[in-house]
Order: sequence, then C-alpha cells, then structure tokens
Amino acid sequence: MSDPAVRLCGLRKSFGGVHAVTGVDLDIADGEFFAMLGPSGSGKTTVLRMIAGFEAPTSGTVELGGADVTRLAPFERDVNTVFQDYALFPHMDVLGNVEYGLRVKRVPRAERRGRALAALASVRLEGYERRRPGQLSGGQRQRVALARALVNRPRVLLLDEPLGALDLKLREEMQVELKSIQREVGITFLFVTHDQEEALTMSDRVAVFNEGRIEQVGTPAEVYERPATAFVASFVGTSNLISGEAAQAVLGKEGTFSVRPEKLRVAALGDPVDGAEHSATGTVSEVVYAGPATRFVVELDAGGRLIALQQNLQVSSMDVTGLRGTRVRLVWQRRHEFAIVP
Amino acid sequence: MNLSRTARATLWAALAGGLAVIYVPLLVVLLNSFNADRTFGWPPTGFTLRWWAAAWNSTGVRDALWTSVQAGLGATAIALVLGTMVAFAVQRYSFFGRDAVSLLIILPIALPGIVTGIALNNAFRTVLEPFGVGLGMFTVVVGHATFCVVTVYNNVLARLRRLGASVEEASADLGADAFTTFRLVTFPMMRSALLAGGLLAFALSFDEIIVTTFTAGAGVKTLPLWIFENLFRPNQAPVVNVVAAALIVLSVVPIYLAQRLSGGGASAR
Repeated sequence: MSDPAVRLCGLRKSFGGVHAVTGVDLDIADGEFFAMLGPSGSGKTTVLRMIAGFEAPTSGTVELGGADVTRLAPFERDVNTVFQDYALFPHMDVLGNVEYGLRVKRVPRAERRGRALAALASVRLEGYERRRPGQLSGGQRQRVALARALVNRPRVLLLDEPLGALDLKLREEMQVELKSIQREVGITFLFVTHDQEEALTMSDRVAVFNEGRIEQVGTPAEVYERPATAFVASFVGTSNLISGEAAQAVLGKEGTFSVRPEKLRVAALGDPVDGAEHSATGTVSEVVYAGPATRFVVELDAGGRLIALQQNLQVSSMDVTGLRGTRVRLVWQRRHEFAIVP
Repeated sequence: MNLSRTARATLWAALAGGLAVIYVPLLVVLLNSFNADRTFGWPPTGFTLRWWAAAWNSTGVRDALWTSVQAGLGATAIALVLGTMVAFAVQRYSFFGRDAVSLLIILPIALPGIVTGIALNNAFRTVLEPFGVGLGMFTVVVGHATFCVVTVYNNVLARLRRLGASVEEASADLGADAFTTFRLVTFPMMRSALLAGGLLAFALSFDEIIVTTFTAGAGVKTLPLWIFENLFRPNQAPVVNVVAAALIVLSVVPIYLAQRLSGGGASAR
C-alpha cells in the first residue's frame, strides 16, 4: 500500500501559553476528500497551516507522501492552499494569478499559458483571463483561487473555509462543484470548515476537532449516526442525550446515550411499543415550525429533554402547534440509540 | 442627506469663502508675476514676461533651486528606506515598545520646526563638528529626513494594513521564495504607496525653511532660504514673485499625483 498523502504524528502547537493543537495523529489517503470540522478555536485551521508550512509545529511531524516536510518552508512543499479570503494578487489579472505558481517555478511560457487556460476552463471561468480580482464577484474569485492552486497539480489541495464568504445559494452550488472538480482531478482535498452540513455533504471522511484534539474520525455517516463523544453528538447535528437516572429509567442501562431527532416518533401516550423499540413519556414544551418539518421539544418524565423532528408528511405544522403542553410518548428503534463518551 | 435650500446655499458660501481666503492670494502672486508694473500696482498696467526671464537668468535662483532639489532628493531617499522598514516592522511584527516606536516616528511632523531646528543645530555642532563634519548639505538632508520619514511611514503602513499578509503567504504557498515574493507581490503592491509617500516627502522638504535655517551652514542656500533673504529687497521683489509663482505650480503636481496614488490604490492602476 502506498504512503498516505498526509500523515500527522503527535502534532502540537502552542502560541505563547495558548495550546492551539494538543496532539493530532491523522492519516489521509491519496485522493480522499477529507474534512476537518470543528468550532472556531478548535485548532483545525492551525493544523491546516502547519501542513501548508505557515506555522512550525511545537512538536510532532508532518509527512506528505511519506516524506517528512516538518521543517520545510511553504514554497518547498507539494501542497497548495485556497485561502479563506482567497488572497488573490490584486495587481495581476486572472491569468497572471493562475500562472503565478508556474511562473515562479520557471515553467516555459507556452506551457504555463496552456495549463492556466485549462485550469480556468475546469472552474468554468473562460473569458475572464484579463479581468482583475477587483472586478469579479465573490464566487468568481473563489474559482480563480481554486484554479490558481490546482494548476500546480499539488499532491494535496488545502482549503481553508473555502465557501465561508459566499452566500447560501452560491455555497450550495460550489459544494457540488468542488466535489465534481475533485473527482475529475483526483487530487487529495483537505478542507477546513465549521459548517457540519458542508462537511457531511462533501467529504469522504471527516475529522471532528475540539479544543486542539480530534474527537472522532470517520465517514460522514459514521460521525453522524455513531458519534463517539458527547461533543461530536452535539456539534454534528442536534444533541439528544439521555443520561444518568433517565438512562436507567428509560433504557434500563448505565451511561450516556444519544438518539438523533429524526429517529424519534411522536406518538400518543397509549400507543403500543414493540420489542425492538424503546420509548419515553414526556410533555411537549415547544413546537417549532421549520418548513418541511416540525421540531418538538419534549421534557421527559424521567428527566432531561429530547428534541424530535417530524416530517410534515400528513399534517402541517399549523395543525400541530396546538400540541404544546400535551403529554406524548417518544418512540425509537433500539438500534438508533448509541452509547457515547460524555 | 437632504439639506434645505438655505442650508445648502450657506454651506456653499462658506466653502467658497474658505477656499477664496486660501487661493485668492496665491492667484494674485501668479498674476503679479506677469505684472508690468515694478511696484505691483493694481490693476496690472500690462502683461510682461520680463520678470520670468530675469528669474531664469538669476544664478542665485538657479543655485538655490538646485540645492533644494538635492536636499529634497536626499531626504526623500532616506525617508523611503527608513520609513518603509519601520512600517514593515510595526505592521508585521509585535515587539516590546511597538506603539512607542510608532508614536516616536510620527512625532517630528507635529513638533514645532523651531524646536527641531535648534535641537538638531545643537546636536550637530556638539557631536559632528569634532569629527570635522560641519553644518552643510548633509545636515540639511538629515534634518529634513526627520519629518519626511513620517509621510512614507504613514503611506506604507496604511497600504500594509489594507493588504494583510495573506497574499504573501499565497505567494510562498505557490512556490515563491522570500525574494521572489517581494519582487513579484509585495513591492508591486507597495509601489504606488511608496511613490505617494516619496512625493509628499519631497514636497515637504522642498518648502521647508525653519529646520533648514538651523541646519544649513553658511554655504547652503535652499530656495525658501533664498526667497526669505530677498523678499525685502525692493529690486528683487519681482523675481521673488516669479519664484513663488513657479513654486505654486510645481507643488501642485506632486500633491495631485500623491493624492491620486494613495487614494486609488492597487486596483485602480
């Protein structure tokens, strides 16, 4: 088996007395679309900057394709970055920006022109070669930044909150597009985001960061359906925890357990529960209309609260907003509850 | 914002009045340089280029102009190097006393010229003279540089603030070493700020008289010094007037350019 595209070993970084990254070990395979997900200040961007070479680790190593690059300068590393603010060169036109990496590596003029035009075509920006970054929209700048990085055919492409500056509509378009570009070029994409939906929809695997460490690495489905820790459960999706006495009373076992809101069924108190299911009674404290679905907040009799998300298949939210204060039974499949590290 | 008709008229009148106070006297100087009457009788009795010719042929004016250009270029060169370096240090690095350094750099522009002048005069005479360096062109250049640094510093600092460091990181990321990054990215983006700062520095130096008085030795006569000396000599008055008129025209150019450069920035090239 070939070496991983990126391997991080015991990576740590402290700024003064602040420990931004406190021990990260991670292997990212060649050709993977990998997301580093976490709240701001969780260390994910610092890890990205250490891979790019902008920050030197306090300890630990960064390997690219099996070679230790920990002490190499950014310009000696076979990675390219799409910056959050794009960092396009304002005094160069689009073509100048895209050709820059090839120019400083002394690629002959004709070849670099051809490759730059091909890169611009791959991000669908033909005809914009002579524009200045100041004359482009946010989405177009984002594509230029992408082309400028991809034209160098790096081993790994690093993307720092690549879609953060775009509005919702454009962001959804670019999510699909980034994914298809990555499939076309076959380069390892490593991107940083605080948006759990973005991480889940785009990536092959996700690492969830919290307080300078990785809490869990897995496919989007694993991270969402089987969160390893309470933090992951709450950061990726809505946290629905049953713990302590409530766990004893409802589930008959010790520990902390989580059930995703959409796995819960809001039923009448007397509804039957079969052997494969668990249930808990409680009082509806809030009914929130959310367009295609309705969110119920239920205070459990055994203690704690659960949020249930019901698709508005039969009824509309307008019909059920009157349910506030009524007593209900929440029912779910046992296989949808899972123990987590609190 | 919507203003009432009277408010609008009042503000326009105030603007016109303010500008008139500043520019009418300058206009009079300009017109008088073509005034045929030696005592500047008003209205002018006729149009003449005699004074312009006289000024052109005056060796005193020519020497003083050349001296001023030399002093201005020298001070600007020092200001460009030091101002840029300090601006980079203050913007890019955090170090002990950074705010104090920033303040100390800007302070000379606000210090009364006479204080700077006397202080420099004392310092030069006690420190440099024992080494055989008397007051002269060198001390004028140094004296001017103390406040010229400020304009370069301010322009470069403002540009660095606006640019941020990420374009340089992007350049390094794309494979450029530090020198290439400076050549292809940092310097081209600084260029207009340097030019603006340099032009302002030159303009400041060119019309400086107070610090110059205290730092110029006997042999050095800048244009402002020459004007001041000849101002009250009746037979030189028309020539002084021409020199003043020429200076008005000459100083408009760098200020106009500097303003366009610092306002337009890198994107409006």
